Order: sequence, then structure tokens, then C-alpha cells
Amino acid sequence: MSRLEACELVIDVPGRGDGRALTLSLEPGQVWGVLGPNGAGKTTLLHTLAGLRAPRRGTVRLDGEPLAALSRRRVARALGLVFQERHDGFPATVRETALIGRHPWLSPWQMEGGEDVQLAEAALARLDVAHLGERLVNTLSGGERQRLAIATVLTQGPAIWLADEPTNHLDLHHQTAVMALLAEQAAEGRAVLMCLHDLNLAARWCDRVLLLYPDGEACWGPRDTMLVPSVLERLYGQRLATTTVDGAPVFVPVR
Amino acid sequence: MHIVRHALGVTGSHRGLGRPIGVLALAALAALTLAVGIGSVAVSPGELWAVATGQGEPLSRTLVLELRLPRALSAFATGGLLALAGALMQVLLRNPLADPYVLGLSGGAAVGALAAMLAGLGGALITGSAFAGALLSTLLVFGLAHGTGSWTPARLLLTGVVVAAGWGAVVTLMLAVSPVERLPGMLYWLMGDLAYARSPLLPSMLLVGVCLLAIPLGRSLNVLARGALQAAALGVAVRPLEWTIYLAASALTAMAVTTAGSIGFVGLVVPHMLRLVLGNDQRLILPACALAGGTLLVLADTLARTIIAPEQLPVGVITALLGVPTFLYLLYRSR
Repeated sequence: MSRLEACELVIDVPGRGDGRALTLSLEPGQVWGVLGPNGAGKTTLLHTLAGLRAPRRGTVRLDGEPLAALSRRRVARALGLVFQERHDGFPATVRETALIGRHPWLSPWQMEGGEDVQLAEAALARLDVAHLGERLVNTLSGGERQRLAIATVLTQGPAIWLADEPTNHLDLHHQTAVMALLAEQAAEGRAVLMCLHDLNLAARWCDRVLLLYPDGEACWGPRDTMLVPSVLERLYGQRLATTTVDGAPVFVPVR
Repeated sequence: MHIVRHALGVTGSHRGLGRPIGVLALAALAALTLAVGIGSVAVSPGELWAVATGQGEPLSRTLVLELRLPRALSAFATGGLLALAGALMQVLLRNPLADPYVLGLSGGAAVGALAAMLAGLGGALITGSAFAGALLSTLLVFGLAHGTGSWTPARLLLTGVVVAAGWGAVVTLMLAVSPVERLPGMLYWLMGDLAYARSPLLPSMLLVGVCLLAIPLGRSLNVLARGALQAAALGVAVRPLEWTIYLAASALTAMAVTTAGSIGFVGLVVPHMLRLVLGNDQRLILPACALAGGTLLVLADTLARTIIAPEQLPVGVITALLGVPTFLYLLYRSR
């Protein structure tokens, strides 16, 4: 299992001050939720943590080694990304798409074997999209495509999941199913960090929370110390009412 | 479309890569046989066999081995190079409209070749000049599109289109100031003509070389076709791979243009048609493009030199006349 560390990390959001540098460690078994208003830099942070964007300052380390010094292949074996935006250039089927998750594990001369196909099939079944196997991706609904993206990362099988709004486009049942899947991944010793817009999902499923402010300020810590109504009201500039359901706080915006 | 996919043995995605390749290889062999048999003097299949086994009339031997076979092989190699270059460009730009012509590579090569002809140079110097033109175009397009950071496919495509238009203007200018007696050769060359093709050895070697390179890179290309960020997240070193593709496609185009002039539509139509039938696995599409592009150009060239024999048509005219309606029909059918 792997650990991802940010050391004095300042993400590069053009035209914004440095704000507070992030020093935190994403440990096996942890589920982190990143919360913040639109444009706070959640996606930029995720891409920086994955090594897809250079930080303005500081480093990201994967198992102690700077991410920038590792090959993309080595990184992709440890770290999987669920993107928020997807564009398909050429038509591909659902099964082909899930199967590309095996790419970092195969040598250039290797074809995908029966085992790889089985992993992809299992992932598709887990995300409830196995029946769409032969469908072209561009004919799927938004929620189906979201589940396919998660199935692709599940096929990849990384020790660290970075997920950008994994519940986007999903109906209530599939939102819960996906959060349960991510929690299960963490329970098996993997680490999960996800950007979320839904405070209530964060309150129920995350054990650590990072709050990102539009000016680059940030704070992070255990969920219960972070999800305080007054702090969240300042974060979003929105008044909230709070209640408790099933032992977890529920936040509702009020007019 | 499904019937065709089944006939070629492509029901899923990555299984049965061999069968479509086998079918296309047979088609290529048939086209080459036809090309060496047909012409001002027809050579019968029996006579062809005799020549192939080292016997036969001296006249047939000369006709087949020294005249028709080199030209047919040149046509095959050129068609394969163009289709392969087009397929690579399309993956690079995640855009089925990309091809060496659209991106200005052919234009650069044409300007290089014409400049050499205008300066009164000949032979290998024209080849070298065309090659330099294609590479210059490559650097120009990639350099300008790179600019101050973002390197998006749309920007690259647009830069290529503008550079291609610029080369077109330079070509017209050169033709306008050329001495009249040089014009026919230049014009013919601009429309693509295999009559000037020399040894098929170099283009064939390049074609085989790039096909071999495509085997280990194939799966990375499949991932790259889904976007640069997604590819990087799945372990592809994106920038080096993109440069490899662009340089390979430039070399392929330069070689094709120097062998046979500017032949359009092969790079656009062949990969697109094959994708409709075979799906999008580059490990299958790239070798299939080499075979199908070669076959198409061999047939087109055979038509070009027989249809109004003894006069010959520029083969580029044939590929355009065949390519445009086919392309439009397939596009119409697929939506």
C-alpha cells in the first residue's frame, strides 16, 4: 500500500496569491474529502497531487519519492484518477474503455489477457454497467459514463484513489453505492481523496476533510473538527441549517 | 456495418487481430498482381508465374521486373506511408480530420521540391529539398502551436490548416514565376504521379520500420486517443510519445511526397474507412492502414495509367475522384 504526501505544496492557480501551503499525508485506510466553492482549486489540487500539473511551490511525494522523479508508469501503478471531465476522441465500447485501466500493468509487447478482461468485467459488474459492455461510450448517459470512469480506475487497481466529484451525474442509489465502494477500498488499506460538493456525503463517508478557500487559504483535519456550521457558512458564503440523521450531521442551505 | 465486422472476424475489440490483416494482405497481393499484369501489353497469369519463378520471355521479364513491379511497389509503399501518416496524425490530434495535407506537411514538402526544380536541381536534391520542406513545416506547426504553453489539439489543427494555406500560396507563386517549359512537370508532380518514382526500396523500408514501431506503441496510442490527461494518468509519457508520432508522421509524409508528389485523400479516407469497419484499436488499425492504403494506391495507379492509355492521368486525380464520394457516403451512412 502507498502513501501520498504534500510538502509545503502551493498549487498553481493563475492570478491568485499563494495562500496557505499544504503539508499533509494521505495514508492507507484514510478517506479524505476536499470541499470548497467553485473555482477554489479543487481540481487543480487533484491534478497536482497526481503529478499532471506542476505545483507553484513544494513537492508531492509518493512513498517518499518526489512524484516528478518517477516515471508516469510507476505513478499510474500506485495512483488512479477519476476525472471530472471526459472527452472521447474516437468511438470506443464500454468494455474497451474499462480495459485501458490495465495499461500501466502491461508491457509494450503484451496483449490484454483473459485475466485483464476478467478484472475489467468484474469492475463493470461492480459499478452496475456490465450489461452495457458492447455499447459505444458516446451513447451512454452522464451517470453511466461516470460509473464507467470509476470502473476503469477500479480495473487499474491503484493503492491511492484521487476522485474528482465521483458522484457527479449519479442518482441517489448510485451515489451511495459509489461512496460505499470508495469506503470499501479504504477499508482494504487503500487511500482515497475526493473532491465533493455534497457536504452530507462528506459528513457521512469521509474521515478527514480539507477545506479550500477561493483565495488559497486552506485548513484540514479530522471530519468532526472541520464540518462546523459556522466554518462551512464562511466557506460557501451560504447560511446553513443543521440536523442529525443516523448519527451524521446533515446540512441544508437556507434562504 | 456489423456484417462487415463479422466477415472480417472483428466482433469484439482486441481479439482476432490476425484475420483482418490476413484478408488485407491477400487483397494487397491481388492488387499487385493485377498491376504488373495490366498495361499496354497484357501479361497473362501463366507468364507472370513464369517470370516470378525466373523463366519467361525476356520482353515479359523486362516489362514486369524493371518497369511495372518497381512502379507498383512504389505505389504500394506511398499509399501505405500516407495512410499510416494520416492515422498517426488523427490519434495525435484526437481528430478524424487530421492528415498530412490538412496539417501542412505535404505543402511544405511540395514547396521544397518545387524550389529545387525551379533552381534547376535534379534527382536526389529534389528529394532532399522536399524532405527538408516537410520537416520545416513540422517544426513551424508544432513550434507555433506550442507558443506560450497550451498545446491543445484544436490549436495544433488550426495552426496546421493556416500553415497549409500559406504553403498553397507559395506554390501558386512559384508556378506563376516559373518558365513555361517547366510547368507541365511541376503541375504533374503537384497532382501526384508515380511515373517519376524511383526505387521503392527506401519507402518500403520506412513503411515496414514504422509498422514495427507501431506494435509496441499501439496500446499507448489507444490510451492517448482518449486525451492527454487521461493518458498521463494511465502511465503514458505523453510529451515524448506525441513527439515520436509527429516526427514519424513527418518522415512518412516527406518520403511519400518525394516518391510520388502530392497525393491527397489516402491519409484521410483509408484510416477513417478502416475505423468504421475494424474499430479503434491502433494495434490493428495501423498495420491495416499500411496494407489498405498501399492496395488503394496500387489500384488507383493501375487505373491512372490504363484508363485513357497510352495517356496517363495523375494518380492524385483518381484518389480524389474515388475518395470524395466514398468518404461522403460512409460519413452519411455512419450517422
